Amino acid sequence: MTTLAKPIQPDLRKKKINWQKVAVITLFAAVPMFLLILFTYVPFVKMIQFSFYNMSYTKNKGFVGLDNYLRIFTKSEYVDAMLLSLYYMAGAVVQLALALFFASILSLEKIRGAGVFKAAMFFPFLVNGIAIGYIFKFFFTRGFVLDSVLQAIGFPLDSLPYWLRDQSINNWSLVFTSVWKYCGQNMVLFIGAIASIDPTLYEAATIDGANRWQQFKAIILPGIKTVFMLNLILSITGSLSAFEPAYVVGSMGANGTATFFIKIHQMAHVTGKVGQACAMAMVLMALILIFTAGQRLFFRYVMKDSDNTFNAKSNKAKALW
Amino acid sequence: MSNLTSVMPSNSSARTKRFIIKALEYFALLLATFIALLPLVSSFMISFKTAEEYGSTNAMTPPVNWLNFGNYVQVWNDGDMPRAFLTSGGVVVVVVAVSVMMGSMLAYVLNRFRFPGNNLIRNMFMIATLIPGIAMQVTTYQIMKDLGFLNSIVGYAILMSGTDVISIYIFLQYFENLDVALDESAVLEGCTYFGVFFKILLPLTKPAIITVAVLKGVGVYNEYYNANLYLQSNSWRTISTALYSFSGPFKSSYNIICAGVLLTLIPSLIIFLFFQKQVYAGLASGSVKG
Repeated sequence: MTTLAKPIQPDLRKKKINWQKVAVITLFAAVPMFLLILFTYVPFVKMIQFSFYNMSYTKNKGFVGLDNYLRIFTKSEYVDAMLLSLYYMAGAVVQLALALFFASILSLEKIRGAGVFKAAMFFPFLVNGIAIGYIFKFFFTRGFVLDSVLQAIGFPLDSLPYWLRDQSINNWSLVFTSVWKYCGQNMVLFIGAIASIDPTLYEAATIDGANRWQQFKAIILPGIKTVFMLNLILSITGSLSAFEPAYVVGSMGANGTATFFIKIHQMAHVTGKVGQACAMAMVLMALILIFTAGQRLFFRYVMKDSDNTFNAKSNKAKALW
Repeated sequence: MSNLTSVMPSNSSARTKRFIIKALEYFALLLATFIALLPLVSSFMISFKTAEEYGSTNAMTPPVNWLNFGNYVQVWNDGDMPRAFLTSGGVVVVVVAVSVMMGSMLAYVLNRFRFPGNNLIRNMFMIATLIPGIAMQVTTYQIMKDLGFLNSIVGYAILMSGTDVISIYIFLQYFENLDVALDESAVLEGCTYFGVFFKILLPLTKPAIITVAVLKGVGVYNEYYNANLYLQSNSWRTISTALYSFSGPFKSSYNIICAGVLLTLIPSLIIFLFFQKQVYAGLASGSVKG
């Protein structure tokens, strides 16, 4: 687990209270701490509490113990919604592989216009989520952009599915919009990580006769392990809480595209069952924490990676006063 | 970028192999760029089509008149866009200013002072990154409601400023690399801690400020989940919620909707073109939050 920088200089000066120091610490830390508690810790505690009650935003009908939790695991609609995140996880794996592939090409090969390729692939990350919704509704509509392109390369229109309506394919269409948005961002992170690898390592490897794949395995993969793990955690937790594509492109989860998060949103803000929604949010959080912890353990004990980017830098931290 | 090709053996079969690999790499890059840009370019083309043209031509046919700005004028006037741009612009400026101030001040205190609770504060922010904010939106709504922040632009701006820790991490990293000798000499010359921060250190963190401002600014500009939840009234439409409401008046007139979509992309595009390096660098430092 990453820890923040620790002050390392022992304070040897014993003296009376420095009121100026107290004032600056109080003034500068009070507001961020207040907001952190107000918008992170208070909702967190309330979420735990509410999950045991049958309640709405206005009325509390009493303590119901674990009923809210039991309902999540016994009703198939919730379990199905949870299973939808598997689509997004599969998409995340493809996305990471593509991002790593293109990051390696752009970093290690002499590519004309590398900056332009990088910018074009990254830009979707900056596109407004609602705009993505419209762009892709238009993109996937019968006979529109995607169908035209596929027809141009020889697929007859009759053989193509209704990308957003057909339940056998529509979740993949939504996953595609997610990959479209985030792949370039992952790639930029990988390019940054590859750039921080000492270039003399490649030269040494080339002189030793290592081929491109061997270099990738022996130099690049170990060099970007930390960033890779962070990308993986972000993608998996993102998959578990996926909602943007289904909410915007999939018309709020219509046609069997409602992810678990959309169910939570509807439960709280449409049906008004806040207690039930909190229990669902607790389950979502537990899943995310399990996956995060699992990946950290995997990387620490299986890959022997100490995940110390932040600590390595923080050793320079100084406590002055 | 390392020059690997020059040290490769240069007999002709190896050269052919290199050529084929190179060609495949360019093909993959061009294909990826095509896929990244196709949805945007097709929206761009359709935004110049008239209603009849939209109905009668294929989605991939270029518009007859590339200078037909009729859709843009219509969406600007009927889609309430000037007001939405002002609202979003105001929120972005306020949230960016608050985030920069809060992030730099807290990072200064945490990095430069020893005091009981220093580690507690660091750990509280670190643990907060593990709690997915999205899971807590149900109870956050309750808090916003209790504070009277429903349909309040101030409440929305406070929520957007207070729920992100990345800016604090970026500043913390930056302060670690600022020499403490700067502080020491200033204090010896009689400068207060406030003076050290505002007059000496803050101006030196300009790169970090730009990074935080760009990342946070684009994030807030594109945010719509909270805007949709907390700014239901039509008078406080942001760009995102204004876009969302297009499906009402413009139904399935995608030529008009796409014009609106492209208008909202212009600020992001300009920021990206001017601050590309900071955007890339900011993502990298933001991702280390772990």
